[in-house]
Amino acid sequence: MVHFVYDGSFEGLLTAVFDVYEDKAQRAQLFSVKNYQPDAFAERRDVLTDSVKANRVWKGLFRKLSPQGLLNVYSVYLSERDDRETLLLAFFRRVFAESVSIEDDFSSPLIVQISQISRQIHREKHRFEAFVRFIHLKGDVYFASIEPDFNILPLIGPHFTERYADQRWIIYDTRRQYGLYYDLKQVQEVYFEEVPDSSVLDLSSDQIEEGEELMQKLWQVYFQSVNIVERKNMKLHRKHLPIRYWKYLIEKQI
Amino acid sequence: MSEKILKKLQILADSAKYDVSCSSSGSKRKNTQRGLGNTNGMGICHSFTEDGRCVSLLKILLTNHCIYDCAYCVSRRSNDVQRVAFTVEEVVSLTMHFYRRNYIEGLFLSSGIFKNSDYTMERLVRIAKTLRTEHKFNGYIHLKTIPGASDELVREAGLYADRLSVNVELPTEQSLVKLAPEKNTADIVKPMSFIRHTIEENRQEIQLYKHAPAFVPAGQSTQMIIGASPESDWQIMQQADSLYKNFHLKRVYYSAYVPVQQDQRLPDLHSLPPVQRENRLYQTDWLLRFYGFSVNEIFNPSAPNLETDVDPKLAWALRNLHLFPVDINRADYEMILRIPGLGVKSAKKIVAGRKFHHLTLDHLRQFGVALNRARYFLICIGWNGYRRDWNATEIKRQIIAGNAQSTQLSLF
Ligand code: SF4
Repeated sequence: MVHFVYDGSFEGLLTAVFDVYEDKAQRAQLFSVKNYQPDAFAERRDVLTDSVKANRVWKGLFRKLSPQGLLNVYSVYLSERDDRETLLLAFFRRVFAESVSIEDDFSSPLIVQISQISRQIHREKHRFEAFVRFIHLKGDVYFASIEPDFNILPLIGPHFTERYADQRWIIYDTRRQYGLYYDLKQVQEVYFEEVPDSSVLDLSSDQIEEGEELMQKLWQVYFQSVNIVERKNMKLHRKHLPIRYWKYLIEKQI
Repeated sequence: MSEKILKKLQILADSAKYDVSCSSSGSKRKNTQRGLGNTNGMGICHSFTEDGRCVSLLKILLTNHCIYDCAYCVSRRSNDVQRVAFTVEEVVSLTMHFYRRNYIEGLFLSSGIFKNSDYTMERLVRIAKTLRTEHKFNGYIHLKTIPGASDELVREAGLYADRLSVNVELPTEQSLVKLAPEKNTADIVKPMSFIRHTIEENRQEIQLYKHAPAFVPAGQSTQMIIGASPESDWQIMQQADSLYKNFHLKRVYYSAYVPVQQDQRLPDLHSLPPVQRENRLYQTDWLLRFYGFSVNEIFNPSAPNLETDVDPKLAWALRNLHLFPVDINRADYEMILRIPGLGVKSAKKIVAGRKFHHLTLDHLRQFGVALNRARYFLICIGWNGYRRDWNATEIKRQIIAGNAQSTQLSLF
């Protein structure tokens, strides 16, 4: 057994796949360095992330998979599951071994599992396109903290860039401690030394732009006014709006 | 903006909340000239109220002043409530501020009628126009047309709005006469068919000139109040079906009537809104639009109302046991779609997956099929279906008992 250990990046993962094929390693396992525990019975091979190799694997996948299939692959990577490398390697082996497209083979448990993970990630992505709440900060930047279950920031970036093209914004993942910053031209990753970890409503009044408090108040009033008391159904409410997301939802801070 | 606007928002959101259509889907509006916003075709629910409904749009009335006196409406002239009105600028500003904070997908604006129809409609149009032209706003805009507004204003509204709606309010003309005596069917039918024709003309225009401005790209919709008048579910769905066919509506919304005041023409003030019935009507609506059913398959003179204990698809299957069980490895897609407990997505997966492998119950479980219902109506490798000596009553009993204690399921 050979253990291929890569740096944890998506490019690194694809490079590792390249190396597995180059070495013709039949009994190979992939590990992100963060999760790796040395094993006396396996040979360790360190993978040097290489964009040329990664690109070749990606191109190979590109030829074999639909856009949805490619998205599924990236989603499994973003899921941060412990078995993501194992799932993906098994999937790649099938993709490259067979001449017909196998991504719709829902009689295979592996493919069903991958499409389920992808659906989960997609749901989380969709949720955060909805649940991000911007706060207008001094200096004319709109700021939001999020705490998603999966690492969906790379997936939601394009949506916000397109929608909020004329305002500067930051979306910060407090769990993974990085964010996206859009400066009216492009998006880049940002890291804060001091992480705004608690509810963003704790921001002090000299940090927020004038009028922000009134807007939050108006939104809360609106949220309460549209509720139909006669139809109250908290179970349904929590199903759509699970409690773990409430922390950053302004309308739930009353 | 100040405290005063809080009060207005409270009143004008509260009186708009019974209008159920909150959909923000069906329009693809790109963010042009680096302005603000887009609509992405799917629509997003930004939040959910405590009654479990989606909050997608800033749904408000421009005013709750009204010269009409419709029995089922909080804003009716004879109701003793505080009256307020937003200015055009206030609505524009609220929409922009909420949108920038990612609270909403856009605006759903409706209004009571002050002075007259055109006077009110003109203001609604002005709000949409200001958002689009002065603020380069590309989010979603849904305007409710005011009954009796002129064609010219409706046409202009449609150039700025993604969707227009004309509410039929009640399922039949008799009920409309009784409960909304100042409205007449012509006021409703005329704008609906005007919008339908303008949409068709516009589609042709766009084919000729790519850059012709789009007229209500997300189409038109309507709403019916359920339970304020005595119609059966059959009558309601017949009306809905003919609205879909005659006016090419995108959606018909069904809204369980919530009593707002005592009136001998209406259900008692303390009666509960028929939420369950509303839900069954939506299920039926889906069967018509996505599952290939016709109204007269679902209803008949001996069953003019939907059953409450089972969903309409299951009820239909129980009445048509001679068509079952369906062999999922062979049957047409259309027939697979008619198996209770199974949705469009899983039907597609079945048709895709069976090319690779004969499917078993395990596969179906993984596709998310509700087997507690479906297994009585299908056969596949290793599963021969229900016992032939069971009749519809017995199957129904089993399913309802199974729902009650789902642990029993593992026996099968
Ligand atoms: S016209 Fe509209 S706002 Fe006025 S009373 Fe009738 S339903 Fe209510």
